[in-house]
Amino acid sequence: MREVSVSHLQAKNDGYVRKIEEESGQKVSQCYQCGKCSGGCPMSFAMDYPPNQIMRMLQVGLLDEVLNSTTIWVCASCLTCSSRCPRGIDIAQVMDNLRILATKQGNTAKGKNALIFHDVFLNSVKNNGRLYELGLAMQVNLKTGNLLKDAELGLPMFLKGKLKLLPHKIKGTDEINKIFAAAKQMEAE
Amino acid sequence: MKYAYYPGCSLHATAAEFDTSTKAVCSKLGVELQEIPDWNCCGASSAHNTSHFLASAIPGRNLILAEKLGLDVASPCAACYQRLKVADHQMKHDDQLRQKMTEITGHNYQGKSQVKNVVDVIVENFDLNKVTKSLNKLKVVCYYGCLMVRPGKLTGIDNPENPQTMDQILEKLGAEVIQWPYKAECCGGSLPIYDADVSIKLVWDILRVARDSGAQAIVTACPLCMSNLDMRQAAVEKKYGEKFNLPVLYFTELVGLALGVPPQGLGLTDKHFVEPMDCLRSQKVV
Repeated sequence: MREVSVSHLQAKNDGYVRKIEEESGQKVSQCYQCGKCSGGCPMSFAMDYPPNQIMRMLQVGLLDEVLNSTTIWVCASCLTCSSRCPRGIDIAQVMDNLRILATKQGNTAKGKNALIFHDVFLNSVKNNGRLYELGLAMQVNLKTGNLLKDAELGLPMFLKGKLKLLPHKIKGTDEINKIFAAAKQMEAE
Repeated sequence: MKYAYYPGCSLHATAAEFDTSTKAVCSKLGVELQEIPDWNCCGASSAHNTSHFLASAIPGRNLILAEKLGLDVASPCAACYQRLKVADHQMKHDDQLRQKMTEITGHNYQGKSQVKNVVDVIVENFDLNKVTKSLNKLKVVCYYGCLMVRPGKLTGIDNPENPQTMDQILEKLGAEVIQWPYKAECCGGSLPIYDADVSIKLVWDILRVARDSGAQAIVTACPLCMSNLDMRQAAVEKKYGEKFNLPVLYFTELVGLALGVPPQGLGLTDKHFVEPMDCLRSQKVV
């Protein structure tokens, strides 16, 4: 890690960190570095910084490092950290807010596949009201360039009657569209 | 008892046998399920990864539809269950969200319908007198995963570190339920769909610990856990060079057998990737 002036960073990024605290409703400043979150995290083996370090980095204002970390994208939202934190911090919620902020700021290189997945998923919900699983798998493969990913599962799934070939569109898609429009409006505000 | 049934998207496709077996078990127990008319997807992890509002508004519409029916909600899919529980909490406590949802749907949410996991619905309505078949000491581990367990204060699970709901009932039905340390570990959820290289290790860990604990089968109540443990088991075997052949069963499939539903009526004969019938036959459960 590069050498940093903590007081300088804190002054520069304090506003962002406060905003994350406010939006997530979680007091990151309460973390006292016990490490319980990292001890129980099933994905920590694939992270560049374990969850407790992410909390500490936020406390000292290392926001760029956090938003460019692998950690925020490999977090599986299993909530093990949140349910064990002795300080009552919902760390997984903070991870959600960090992903949302990273996406807004364009720090998306390490989250490319995750973002493609979420985008295709939500588009399916927006268009049909329900998830069209076959369409999701095909579009994610196309957009991530992994054309043959899980291809070996396709035929057996079809033969087992586990694949719907066509999407089902609900009647209330206008309400769904209004929900998405409201989300967009809130984001703009 | 009658419930507003929220199958969720998976139960109409990849988790078809969870739908079939849930309906079969509820019918045997005299529990009526009325599907929520025109329900929509719960938004799953993609909604909460994208927007705080979408995370609760998308599942919130289903709660409003259920409240209009005047029924408590029965949700089989653990992922939907967690999203509905979070949405219920948020709609009760976030005025802005509730107001927006009233504007959009024309219904002011009161939170009168309780959201229940199908496992709890079955346990609450269970009648041991209706059991016609013993699970014959079939050695199983119950795998709860994340989403029906956490956050504990919303899911209402008995013990978030060592849940017992499925264990206790399967024991009563004659299974040999093994206590193991991976009950509430994570299988990776939707990560293996787009990031399998990394996250599939979690599936390997769960399969190894289940086998080493002496289980003949893993029991789950989550479509995501099922697809990772069952459908991706062959990929794990290939990547890690280890053969498991460990069947994964829905909780409702085993309960259905005990209530005398034939395996064909539960999806046991044709829906699984790891064939479970040999294992069930060897233990004379079918």
